Amino acid sequence: MAPATLTSTDPVLAEFAADIGADGPIAVAGGRTRWELGGALADGTRVVAAPTGIVEYIPDEMTVTVRAGTTVAELHRTLAERGQRTGLPDRGGTVGGALAVGENDLRALGRGPVRNALLQIRYVSADGRIVSSGGPTVKNVSGFDLPRLMVGSLGTLGMLGEAILRTNPIPPHARWLAAEGVDPGEVHEVLLAPSAILWDGETTWVQLEGHAADVDAQRLVLDGLGSFRTVDLDDSDALPVELPANRWSCTPAEAAGFGTGVGADAGRFVAAVGLGLVFAERPQPPRVLAPAAAVVSERLKQNFDPTGRCNPGRVVGGR
Amino acid sequence: MLERLKRRARGGSGYATGDPFVAALQDAIGPDRVKVDGAHKALLSHDASVFEGGNAGPVCYPDSTEQVQTIVRLANEYGRNVVPRGAGTGLAGGAIPLGAPVVVAVTRMDRILEVDTVNRVAWVEPGVINLDLTKRLTPTGYHFAPDPSSQQVCTIGGNVANNSGGPHCLAYGVTNAHVVALELVLPSGEAVILGGLDAEPTGYDLRGVVVGSEGTLGVVTKVAVRITRNRPEVRTLLLSFSEVRDAANTVSDVIAAGIVPAAMEVMDQRITEAVENYVGAGYPRDAAAVLLAEVDGQADGVDIDADRIAEIGRANHATDVRLAGSDEERALLWKGRKTAFGAVAQIAPDYYLHDTVVPRRALADVLTEIYAIADRHEVLVMNVFHAGDGNLHPLLIFDGREEGVLERVHAAGEEIITASLDAGGVLSGEHGIGVEKQKFMSRMFTDDDLDHQNRLRQAFDPGCRTNPGKVIPSGHSCADIQALRSVPREVWV
Repeated sequence: MAPATLTSTDPVLAEFAADIGADGPIAVAGGRTRWELGGALADGTRVVAAPTGIVEYIPDEMTVTVRAGTTVAELHRTLAERGQRTGLPDRGGTVGGALAVGENDLRALGRGPVRNALLQIRYVSADGRIVSSGGPTVKNVSGFDLPRLMVGSLGTLGMLGEAILRTNPIPPHARWLAAEGVDPGEVHEVLLAPSAILWDGETTWVQLEGHAADVDAQRLVLDGLGSFRTVDLDDSDALPVELPANRWSCTPAEAAGFGTGVGADAGRFVAAVGLGLVFAERPQPPRVLAPAAAVVSERLKQNFDPTGRCNPGRVVGGR
Repeated sequence: MLERLKRRARGGSGYATGDPFVAALQDAIGPDRVKVDGAHKALLSHDASVFEGGNAGPVCYPDSTEQVQTIVRLANEYGRNVVPRGAGTGLAGGAIPLGAPVVVAVTRMDRILEVDTVNRVAWVEPGVINLDLTKRLTPTGYHFAPDPSSQQVCTIGGNVANNSGGPHCLAYGVTNAHVVALELVLPSGEAVILGGLDAEPTGYDLRGVVVGSEGTLGVVTKVAVRITRNRPEVRTLLLSFSEVRDAANTVSDVIAAGIVPAAMEVMDQRITEAVENYVGAGYPRDAAAVLLAEVDGQADGVDIDADRIAEIGRANHATDVRLAGSDEERALLWKGRKTAFGAVAQIAPDYYLHDTVVPRRALADVLTEIYAIADRHEVLVMNVFHAGDGNLHPLLIFDGREEGVLERVHAAGEEIITASLDAGGVLSGEHGIGVEKQKFMSRMFTDDDLDHQNRLRQAFDPGCRTNPGKVIPSGHSCADIQALRSVPREVWV
């Protein structure tokens, strides 16, 4: 019997690999929403686009196979027709971009982090081969976890071509609430499973999702803390507050006290309490990798991309 | 030298082996922490798997990161390999020492260092028993979500190595989703924290690749695990079916309906009978299959979901649908499920346990195929599995003294793996590759795929000194048959 390997038979992926080839500096552009992350791309780098399209969507399996150049918006439109979504944030970019960048949705408490959404990845290696890792099922411990490594790798280890993502049901009911002068940490403490808690130092916005009766019950809990009002949004996927430009990664405790200790000079901010993400007027001070982690990271880069052709100029971590 | 002789005179365990590496280890971390006697080495040459080819070198019981670093550095100095080990409950041979390496048993590193309910993490040492953490967390209203059936004895370090699952990982995710940071002693001997408590730690996700790496990338010495808020309401349903296929289809239809229960477990009639004879958990003996489905959350939502699951079960010809009426009843049902393999141990001389995953919609067909495979090879098969995520655990029952039976069991096992892969499944859902499934890796991955896995491994361990001969096929794979006589009563999956 023929082996049932994960080998791709998709001619579109083979074409992508052929386009990337095995020589010369190369980068894949998605929606360029986070194009400067990790440093500027080296001059003379050939920029290509990843293939597009949803290959296979199996709603009753809660998985979707999608080519990396597909926009997150298109993917989520298709999934929404069957009442599902993924943990990938929609900032106008592509699936491959969202995975390569690895940044989470501000509502990751409810949707899960990006790194947990990726089940299988196919990428083109620095020497032009198609490599598959992970697996198509929702549970899998077969071999080393290259999908985890690829999330947030900024395309420095290989060019993402196709992903199998875990989908999740969109809860039947969702509601944003807001109140002034409540302690966001306390909000996090009293609620069972909020999808998001945003806080700008004055106003706290809470997203509750679930069965309508459960949402109502959680709303009653919130009423014990302050005077919450319902926030009506024209776009059900929008956030109730505009975000400052700079992304900070903090601990949940730091986010709940942002602006006092951590972020004292950050200017206007919106913190995702419980998650630890913060958007602030001024950028986060540079974060540095531990020396031993930097050594492993450099070796990884060397092992996966010996000639340094994948996204030259970009460095993951340490910037 | 004098001090060394004094220690020797005090009768440190097996000091006088003449091996300068052992002497160096004992000098560095204390003679009572280094065992070289035959009993220890024999014990730690095995885990709970089928593999018999283990050969432990010195066995070390460090109690700090520094001691682990010392062991690893000395191993480098003396050119010896290192194998980390937790409770040894693994079922794929991942902790089996190959080639007499130093075994780093982390069982004495069993402190819960910090419980932080603000950041919702607990820092623990790798030797902490899975269930002990959840017990410690109970008064705080939190728990550690991964709940492998071995949770009374398996360690968090082992859970990290295997990316362990458990019945309740259906809704909450397997171990990788519950580890935010870890301290790793690299094969170089340096200690480093990977990941972090912050939302998006900088750098490559080295934390993420260490989880599930089966102890090949270093020795994990501390883990920051995510702690999960206990849900106030739980509903546990027991659905009975006259066909296994109907139970499998119910599972698939529940997921298709957009419900993600906390757990969905199926047991077939043979195993249900074994469980009833063993613990009397209240399962029906006359059903071809039972489905244990649990939903948790808030009061209204769990009632809605429980009703819908019951409805879907009836639409799939459930002969009986029962809601556990009390915490005691629920606990008893779970006790039955979690001791399923202990129950089998009471009735069968030998078994071989498999672990594959198939797409949920393929469950019914693959199960039918598995029964047919077992029939063809004249071995008995029982099925108890994490149905919600398609994770099958076919259990081949036999008497190893019967001539030719082992060949038939191996042949059936191989066909089960092939059937799972052909259905779009994967080699392992939670037991890992270890040595057991190395030879099947090339069925799932191409040489290019495996080459890249190897590149990842070598970025951490360029000399392949940590748990060598595992996961990636290297010609050392071996499979043998587990003799239940040597396995404790609470056998697990």
